[in-house]
Amino acid sequence: MKRFGLISVPYLWLLALFLVPFLIVLKISLSDTALAIPPYTPTLDMSEGWAGFTAWLSGLDIENFTWLTQDDLYWKAYLSSLKIATMSTILALLVGFPIAYGMSRASDEWRPTLMMMIILPFWTSFLIRVYAWKAILSQEGLLNQLLMNIGIIGEPLTILNTNTAVYIGIVYTYLPFMVLPIYSALERLDESLLEAAEDLGCSRMTAFWLVTLPLAKQGIIAGSFLVFIPAMGEFVIPSLLGGSKTLMIGKVLWEEFFSNRDWPVASAVAVVLLLILIIPIVLFQRNEEKQREAGK
Amino acid sequence: MKKSWLMMSAAFVMGATAATAEEVRVYNWSDYIDEELLTKFEEETGIDLIYDVFDSNEVLETKMLAGGSGYDVVVPSGTFLQRQIVAGAFQPLDLSKLSNHGNMWDVIAERTAAYDPGNAYSINYMWGTTGAGVNVGKVKEVLGEDAPIDSLALIMNPANMEKLASCGVHILDAPSEIIPAALAYLGEDPNSHDPDVIAKAEPVLTAIAPYVQKFHSSEYINALANGDICVAVGWSGDVLQARDRADEAENGVEIAYNAFKEGSLMWFDQMAIPADAPNPDAAHKFLNFIMDEHNMAAASNYVYYANGNEASQAHLEEDVIGDPAIYPTEAALGTLYTTSPYDAKVQRVVTRLWTKIKSGT
Repeated sequence: MKRFGLISVPYLWLLALFLVPFLIVLKISLSDTALAIPPYTPTLDMSEGWAGFTAWLSGLDIENFTWLTQDDLYWKAYLSSLKIATMSTILALLVGFPIAYGMSRASDEWRPTLMMMIILPFWTSFLIRVYAWKAILSQEGLLNQLLMNIGIIGEPLTILNTNTAVYIGIVYTYLPFMVLPIYSALERLDESLLEAAEDLGCSRMTAFWLVTLPLAKQGIIAGSFLVFIPAMGEFVIPSLLGGSKTLMIGKVLWEEFFSNRDWPVASAVAVVLLLILIIPIVLFQRNEEKQREAGK
Repeated sequence: MKKSWLMMSAAFVMGATAATAEEVRVYNWSDYIDEELLTKFEEETGIDLIYDVFDSNEVLETKMLAGGSGYDVVVPSGTFLQRQIVAGAFQPLDLSKLSNHGNMWDVIAERTAAYDPGNAYSINYMWGTTGAGVNVGKVKEVLGEDAPIDSLALIMNPANMEKLASCGVHILDAPSEIIPAALAYLGEDPNSHDPDVIAKAEPVLTAIAPYVQKFHSSEYINALANGDICVAVGWSGDVLQARDRADEAENGVEIAYNAFKEGSLMWFDQMAIPADAPNPDAAHKFLNFIMDEHNMAAASNYVYYANGNEASQAHLEEDVIGDPAIYPTEAALGTLYTTSPYDAKVQRVVTRLWTKIKSGT
């Protein structure tokens, strides 16, 4: 009995914090918009008992999902989000790996300081940090002023309100999520393995490819998922830094909800987004489990 | 450490007592009141006033229809008010608590009754038109001396927009106002609810969208005043506020507002009390305060919008009551049109069209 209780805790957690909200969203996605509070129909009328329940059930349909397939806007937005999230993950990896590598090679007295430098920005509100990028990237912003003063460019570059700004924002924001798992993988790396590789005739470069990289693989995979999954549904960064041409599903979701006031379609978009994200989330979980088993 | 604990609990207790004092939460459009009026209200009534702002009817409606917004007074425009009344979002006004109600102007009340029958749920706060704000010097430099600054051709003709793009154009992020304008340009009924007619607006707006720097409903005031943009399709009073800010800054920017000669949208912003307002008594006091002729005149003198309060007209400054951009002449009133709300299916067509136009897909 006690054992059963222990096992049921995580499942209850999952049920309360994931499944129930998901079912509510799923239910709204099967409803129709209505001019009422809340703005959809049907709503479940408990007082009518069973008849009310069946009436409610028969009022649900998949019309909103058919609507999503009829309009290429949604698929373009999903694809564009996929592209932006993938590109950002690759960029974050390219920037994050050398940082993590450098941290893991640093002397013991430096490591806590370096770690602090990675974590410190989290002490400031995410929103303020993204707003700060607006001031850096705008036409009269710090970056353009700097480049013009040095004489690299004659005319200010248009970066703000473009996809470039969105990439910069995402890579900046999620970089620590990439650095920390890679760092923790590299930190555990046994230096004697590298020495052995060199003794056996590997150049430093080959040793890096054959020893360091495979051992860091789990960290790279974990970091990539931690960047990719939130970047896919990102809303704040594209709406503050992106232009009207930045098409991301998080923004479409917001517009369906706030501008179009169409909760059912917004919910349908959210359900599809979740289904798309379940694949990487499951892969991420698998990777974590594998890592745990390997660590045993 | 101990000391700071003490202070924290003291602050907590004070916070708790403040919360029990009477308060009223008002949700109004941005840049839409003389803020001295807010302090005046608090001093006269002793009620704490919490004043938040928004810049889109759509966002307001989302909050209203979700319910439990926590606001006591909100300010939707006519068509949105009408939808929200149907949805049951508002409570009828208690006229016995509104001693200043007699100040209201029947000319406006007749028109707002189309949205709120009998004006049972709302009072008119301000009204105005949606037209073009232009930086006269820059537009003439780009389009020549005879630039059509009072015509829809200024913004709906891609040839003009292509040239204007170099000095910057902003358009309101308000599909329910810009799509009717595109229809008026085509000579169609701007208030059409026929999806086939509405679809005719798409090619017009798609053709000009690439030249629009931003679809936004509040940034244009500063952008116009600073000379960052040369044309804004915006609301009358907001453009006139930009004109005054430019005058004060003495930056050489000359801003003019014109309603479109082919017809401009006439809209009404109505103050109403949500059905679930936590403090309807204080809300009535706020409405009554706003309907006071001196207060209403102070508000109009500050924001350059016409109001629906006849008694206030005696206290309006000459550059408000005498400006045809604010109080149009009888003849100009004839060219203005009003719109009625779309039903859910048409609304979906309209908003999808808008998303496509804005994102260029």
